[in-house]
Amino acid sequence: MRVGIPRSLLYYKYLPFWKTFLTGLGLEVETSPLTNKKILSAGVKVAENELCVPVKAFYGHCMSLRDSGVDALFVPRVVSVEERAYTCPKFLGLPDMVGAVADNLGLPPLLTPKLNQREKPSEFKWQLINFAREQFGLGLLDGVAALESAKVAQRRYEESLVAGRRPLDLLPASKLNRPRWRSPVKGGPRRIGLLGHPYNIYDGYITQNLIARLEETGVELIVPEMTDHHVLMEAATDVPKQLYWSYEKEIMGAINHWTGNRLVDGVIYVLAFACGPDSLIQVLIEHRARQHKVPLMSLTVDEHSGEAGLVTRIEAFVDMLTRKKSAMSAA
Amino acid sequence: MRPVSEIKVTTPHLGNLHLLLDDLFDRLGVEYIKPPPSSTKTLQIGVKHSPEFACLPLKINLGNFIQALEQGANTIAMAGGHGPCRFGYYGIVEERILRDLGYDFDFIMLEPFRDGPRAFYRTFAELSAGLSILKLWKILKSSFTKGRAFDRLTWRSLQVRAFEVNRGDTNKALRRAEKILAAARSPEEVTAAAAESMSVINSVEQDPGRDIFKVGIVGEFYLLLEPFSNFDLEEILGNMGVYLERTVWVTDWIAPRRDNKIFGFSKHLLAEKAEPFLSHNVGGEGRETIGSTVLFAERGFDGVIQLLPFGCMPENIATSILPKVQQQHDIPVLTLAFDEQTGRAGMVTRLEAFVDLLKARRGGAPLASWKRAAKPETMPGDSCAGCAAKSASGSACSSSS
Repeated sequence: MRVGIPRSLLYYKYLPFWKTFLTGLGLEVETSPLTNKKILSAGVKVAENELCVPVKAFYGHCMSLRDSGVDALFVPRVVSVEERAYTCPKFLGLPDMVGAVADNLGLPPLLTPKLNQREKPSEFKWQLINFAREQFGLGLLDGVAALESAKVAQRRYEESLVAGRRPLDLLPASKLNRPRWRSPVKGGPRRIGLLGHPYNIYDGYITQNLIARLEETGVELIVPEMTDHHVLMEAATDVPKQLYWSYEKEIMGAINHWTGNRLVDGVIYVLAFACGPDSLIQVLIEHRARQHKVPLMSLTVDEHSGEAGLVTRIEAFVDMLTRKKSAMSAA
Repeated sequence: MRPVSEIKVTTPHLGNLHLLLDDLFDRLGVEYIKPPPSSTKTLQIGVKHSPEFACLPLKINLGNFIQALEQGANTIAMAGGHGPCRFGYYGIVEERILRDLGYDFDFIMLEPFRDGPRAFYRTFAELSAGLSILKLWKILKSSFTKGRAFDRLTWRSLQVRAFEVNRGDTNKALRRAEKILAAARSPEEVTAAAAESMSVINSVEQDPGRDIFKVGIVGEFYLLLEPFSNFDLEEILGNMGVYLERTVWVTDWIAPRRDNKIFGFSKHLLAEKAEPFLSHNVGGEGRETIGSTVLFAERGFDGVIQLLPFGCMPENIATSILPKVQQQHDIPVLTLAFDEQTGRAGMVTRLEAFVDLLKARRGGAPLASWKRAAKPETMPGDSCAGCAAKSASGSACSSSS
């Protein structure tokens, strides 16, 4: 049986885990191609127009997998990945949202295990083992074996990210989104923290190759995934009320960690239009950057974002950082 | 915190919540600065200082706060919550914005009762000197009972308006009824005033023979509860001869229990109805929106109108799923998203078109069974006085999202 994993949303976070787990259950795994014009416009046509662009792309990826003839789509319901927190409401409802259009679009059946660690983190493994049993009639030992090798794969992936490698290097067939050339660094290295959800910043089509473009200007990039998860979570507690969205916590933790330890010269914050949680924590992030006198640029992306506007803004921001840096070294 | 005697507390507007709070703060002995009624000015102020993509309720809230602070309020009370809807984090963001604007105030975040009764009690103890737990309990109970009565008045007015002979009578009656109820203090007075005010609404001159449509209103709580945010949609529909039921009520929303006394159908039942379409809670009222649409279809309503602020996450999930519900249950659904750019005229046109569609679906034939609705229906919660009293005893305020 061939199972398709759409290359959108949590793909960039958990692909090694999911892929190893499903392969361990004896399934063949196929991922959809990189987001392209056809995929995104197919998704935009089907999706409710107020949804954020990565979710619209998700619909497109499901349709692209349908066209390549997979037997099932893997659309897990990731409710929570840690205690006392949720992911995002859209991940909670994703299987139902896709399910609502599945018949009309002729999508293959959906595999929707529910992953919820909000009440009890240890439940996670049983949710997956039960999924393996109910869906494929596999016994406890097979489930455990698949789960353990998946955990190892995920840990290795996360360790490589902390070591400075990009999801783009590690995930299959995503080499296209790489810098084409590098100019020599003028005026000392400028370090930019790139803040945002992995499914936005690593999706070269949604963000118009933002990473490659930034690297072309010769800046050094750091992303939240390069910091150990525990450090991020620790730093994320420095807010008036604990956030209850896990992925926003990572973003908040990253900005707190970077600004608190003077790790960056500037921050670029990428958020999707109509992203709910980001629209609120944006206030806190901007406040934090102001407080620590770190320049911050918010980039809002959607399916209509133009390339020219983005390039101009990046160039202006990088120039500004360079000038600031040389003024400081002159003083 | 300031000394108790200097506290001038304010809260955001939410439908008739201010009537309940008037009573509550009066009983607590705290000065309550009611923000001026939400207006275009409020919205303008709010929009100016809010993050661009925050939902409409936050922007109006912020406008309320700024207007109230200008009027001398020095303490802000705001409800909290634990997600996944954005509402639970509103307070923190609003506080940050107001402090950045240079306002000086104390901020009280009222977290849900289930977070811990002690923290809940302490929040109120900060507002009122010498408040024992028992006393707080009694105060909350009496104010909540009154809140229930206010909600029932509005509930009834939504039905009476569809039949009123002279346009505007129901509004006048509602204002008069609310005034009668607001003056009541002791439990006996409240009971008497509730009955008297209800009879004021029932005595509006009605035309029982009128051919009306039944429409359910579902969606996000703020848009449903705050008439300013939806351009008095209920009144506009009522004037078109549409009999309305709405799913969210102020006291249902703040009650810790999930039985929806005013709406009449528990959250449990709604979740069950939503199960085939949306099998998990997605925060806010997402699941209830799906569940009540199914319920309205099963009860033979002519149509459903969904209201949501632009970009609302749980409601957008519901909107994505509603076409499937429409198809399977054969009920027309009109989705209206609101933000600061929304115009009243555009909304009215869409409502008129929707009512025309309902007319066309019925093929012009009047449905005799609807005519019975002209008689006062039994009130939700009236069936058993004991239940009503019990619900009031669980009157702790908490956020539902």
